[in-house]
Parts: sequence; C-alpha cells; structure tokens
Amino acid sequence: MLEKAIKGSALYWIWLLVLLAVIGAGFGAYLTQLEHGLTVTALDRDVSWGLYIAQLTFLVGVAASAVMMVIPKYLHNHQAFARMLILGEFMAVATIIMCLLFVIVDLGQPQRLMNVVLHPTPSSVLFWDMVVLNGYLFLNILIGWVTLQAERKRVGPPRWIKPFIYLSIPWAISIHTVTAYLYAGLPGRDFWLTASMAPSFLASAFAAGPALLILLAFAVKVFAKWDPGREAIQSLAKIVTYALAAYLFLIGCKIFTAGYSMVPDKLAHWQYLYFGLEGHTMLATFMWVSTAAGVTALLILLFPKNRQSDNILAFACVLVLICTWIEKGLGLITTGFVPTPMKEVLTYAPTGPEILITLGIYGIGFLIITVLWKVGIDVRKEIEA
Amino acid sequence: MKSSRRKFIKLAGLTALGWSVCPSLASARSNRYRKIPGALKADRWAMAIDIQKLSDEVMQKAIEACHRLHNVPDIDSRQNVKWIWVETFKTLFDDQVHAHQMEGKEKLPLLTLCNHCDNPPCVRVCPTKATFKRHDGIVLMDFHRCIGCRFCMAGCPYGSRSFNYSDPRRFLNNDELSPDYPTRSKGVVEKCEFCAHLVDQGERPACVEAAEGVLFFGDLSDPDSEVRRVLRDRYSLVRKAKLGTEPQVYYLI
Repeated sequence: MLEKAIKGSALYWIWLLVLLAVIGAGFGAYLTQLEHGLTVTALDRDVSWGLYIAQLTFLVGVAASAVMMVIPKYLHNHQAFARMLILGEFMAVATIIMCLLFVIVDLGQPQRLMNVVLHPTPSSVLFWDMVVLNGYLFLNILIGWVTLQAERKRVGPPRWIKPFIYLSIPWAISIHTVTAYLYAGLPGRDFWLTASMAPSFLASAFAAGPALLILLAFAVKVFAKWDPGREAIQSLAKIVTYALAAYLFLIGCKIFTAGYSMVPDKLAHWQYLYFGLEGHTMLATFMWVSTAAGVTALLILLFPKNRQSDNILAFACVLVLICTWIEKGLGLITTGFVPTPMKEVLTYAPTGPEILITLGIYGIGFLIITVLWKVGIDVRKEIEA
Repeated sequence: MKSSRRKFIKLAGLTALGWSVCPSLASARSNRYRKIPGALKADRWAMAIDIQKLSDEVMQKAIEACHRLHNVPDIDSRQNVKWIWVETFKTLFDDQVHAHQMEGKEKLPLLTLCNHCDNPPCVRVCPTKATFKRHDGIVLMDFHRCIGCRFCMAGCPYGSRSFNYSDPRRFLNNDELSPDYPTRSKGVVEKCEFCAHLVDQGERPACVEAAEGVLFFGDLSDPDSEVRRVLRDRYSLVRKAKLGTEPQVYYLI
C-alpha cells in the first residue's frame, strides 16, 4: 500500500517539501545542541524541563485520543467512525513518534538512550512511560495497517487482530496516565502533586485530540477531496464538548483546593500561573489567553446549532487547541518548577534553537501524518470508487 | 550412528558454549565487591551542621575544599553546578519561618548540600539506576550511566542536583585540576557524594575536614558516634521533614 505515498499531486509534493525544509532547520539546530549541549536551551538548574517535555506531555494526549473513536466503533458498534478510524490510528502513530523524539532531544546523553532498556528500573515512571509509549506505537501501526489492508482486499479484518484492538483501549488510557504519573508522584512539587493530574490529562487529551482530528478532517475534505462523513465529525464534536467541559471543571477543582485551603506551597504556583509573582507575568498572559479560549470554545460548542456549522465548529476546535496547548505545552511544566525549592521566582522563555528543534519535530510528525493519511485515504477512495 | 557429522558439530557447539559460560558462572559466585582495607564503615552516614558556629569564613572554606577536590566548575549563569553552597535560613526552612522571628535570623546564611535521604526520591525516579543508594546510605551518581533525562532533578525537593548543560571542562583551569576526582562530561547530572571516595580510604568528607568542629560526620547507627552525640545534646532540624524523604543532614539550632 505504501506505493500510494509516492503518487501524489503537485500540491502534495510541495507540502512535503515545505515540511522537509522545516525538519531540516530543526535538524540543524539539533546538531548545534548536540555539539554544545543543552546549554543552547533556556533550561537551567531550577527549570530543568521545558518546551520539549511539555510537547511530549501535550502530544501523548493527542495520541491517546484515538481511543475516543475505537471505543464507540468497537464497543458500541457506532459505524459512523468506520471510515475515519484509520485516520485516528495513523495520527496516533505520528504523535507517538513525535513524543519519543521529544524525549530524545531532551536527553543530555542521547547516545546512552538504550541504558533505559539495558538497566530496566521498574521503580521509575519514566521506564514505564518508555514501555507504554512504544507498546502503543506498535499497537497502532499493527492495527492500522492490518485493518486497512483487509479493507483494501474487501474482506473483514482477521479475527486475531480483535484482541489487539481491545488491548489498545486500556493501553491508550495508560499512556496518558503514566505520563501524568511522571509528575504526580514527586514529593515537593506541589503543583503536580495531585491525584487529579491523570484525570485532567485525559480530559484535555480527549478534547485536544478529536479537535485536531476534526480540523485535519476538514483539511482532507478540501485538499484530498474526500469526505470522512458528517456523522463522524458530529460525533467527534460532541466528544470534544464533553471532554472540554470535564477538563475545565477539573481545573476549577484544582484551583479550589489551592485557593480555599490557602496552603502557601500550593497557592504560590497558581498565583504564578495566573497572575505572576515578583513581576514574572509572561506565563500569566498566555494562561489568560488559554482560559478565554477554553471558555469561549465551550460556550460555542454547547449549542448543537453551532456544532453543525462547519465554520463555527472549526473555529471552536482552533480555540480548544489554543487552550489545551498553552496549558500543557507552556504552563504546566514551568509552573511545577516555579517557585523553586528555594522559593525563587523566574521566567523560562525558550530560546531560538529550542523552538526550531520543536518545530522540526512537529514537521516530522506532520510529514508522517501526511504520508500515512495519503495511503489511508487513497485506499478508501479505491474501495469506495 | 546416523548423521554422525551433524551430531559431532552439535556436540562441539555445546562444548564451546559450556566453556564460554562456565568461567563467567564461576566468577559470578565470587565476591563482586572489592573490600578496601582501611575504609571507614557505617550503617548509615549522616552529617550535622552547627549553625551557631557557621561563619562566612568557615562556609567559604568548606565550599572551596569541596569544589576544588571535585573539580566543580564555576559557571556564572543559572545553568551552574553546585555541590555545597550558601542559602539563607528562610529559603532552607521556609515552613519554619514566621513574621516575628528574632532579628536577622531569617537572613542567617547556612550551608546546604545533598541530604543523602534515607528514602531518596531521586533514586526512585531514575530510569537507569545511574543514581543509587549505597548500603551505608550515601546516595551516589554513576556519571557513565546517566542519560541526562533530569528526572532526578524534578524528583529532588531540595534543589540539590545540578546538570551539566555545557561541557564543564571549559570552565575549569587545567593547571588547578584535582587529580583525585574525575571531571564530568556535558549532559550528566551531578551532586554532593558525601565524599564516598574519601570515606572508602578512611578519610572524612572534605567539607568536614575544612570546617573542623562546625560540621560533624558519623555513623547514625552507632550511639557513640560524634553525630549521635551532638544530636543528643542539641535541638536539630532537617529540611522538609514532612515529605518523608528522611534527610540525613541535620541542622543544630
């Protein structure tokens, strides 16, 4: 089926070239980082994780969200997702690869990566994150490819794939849960030290992932002249709405605990996040944009009429992505570190190379999505022709 | 005997395998740890810092002794490396501070270093066992196994760990290098090691030697040790006791 990836319109090739250029720029920046070390980033002794790990956290959620189509399709026989499911699975493949790349670029000694396998350490959540992320990548490549191949041959998927599909459901939940546990079990990081981390990760994931999927589906409609189906998109829109509401509710719960208990160690992080401390207000500005985007999106999506209009739905989905990306991709990690254990307050602003490397990895992800979706959609066109 | 050549090759293969495995099995039984004659021994090393005797001069002496011995680079940025350094009472014991403290006590400068916790979160989170707790309680780093993921830095509630964001050798003066401790490469985490390499040679940590009578070092499990004696006689605090990490650096008030 891969041959379909090398037969495309001029637009397809131009898009791939643009992505390759972005990847090239990112790769160049990464070479500088390899040469000089992570000193090219804005990370320091106190904020020791930043943009890279934040993107990992955000994208694990997007990857996990494929399960929001698998559950209705396979557990509730919701056939509207039948045509589009493959796109969700392939998006999961691309996002997990991005996640793994973000881990690698964050390492000080990337050539020792295999030490995690050579010296397996079950007490470390990072070890388990490695296990679940690679397992999920394997599951989605396997399931996506086997079901697509079966469809192409116009037969039902082989029976042996069913257990893998059912396994992929708890596995999807596990990748984001384990990623939340990276943070939620650290003594002395009061911002992260809460049982609501995993649920709130999942809620934001199930809002952000389907929102991105809806936007990409609209793009496919325009550029690939293939309609994933109105009912599928409408179902996704409902999922985004519920998940976004749950996510905003959970943020409210966290703020209540910190705000009403007034325990300084908890409260200080939230003050830093939303108002800034000691003049460090850069992050707070972003967070208000995030909050405004999230609340506006919910107000729009709550009304079925709005969801049924493609343009309004697309706009709301963009807002959802802005909201969740700022919260996870910018706010969550830095705020866990600030105020520092020594109660210092500082601002972490990523450097040029850091941003270039990040964009490069997003480029790789979009390249993989483009190629895999091209294959998937061409196969579907072939069947439906 | 049919196909005897095949059997012969099988047998030869098995013999070769046996020969290659046996010596390593035999050596696996022997004691893998080298016993060092003259090493100081303890079940649980601990340190006590007499904050009444800490002066700027004593603290600088301790810091210099440590950083010089361990080739700790002096980097003028937030990406610096620190093994033992000065913080105020307020930053170290922020949960013990209130508005009407004795004059000047909040700003009282104190030494801080790795607490060599009995229940160290850094060891728990490390995905490669590059940081580990020895039988005598010292929390050590394997600079050659560390992948530089910095999970331990997020895990440490005391800010005791530093990462080599750049090549630390760039900041060291070649003529003043200490031959007794290796320099590190970029991309690995490091921290105070209670001078395990000195302890194993029968010496006390460099900072304890440099700050004679102000820093105490000894075996917590031995009721007659110096550390136990000062802890018996004086009121003491540890940092962030409520986190359950069981720090082993005690501050004598």
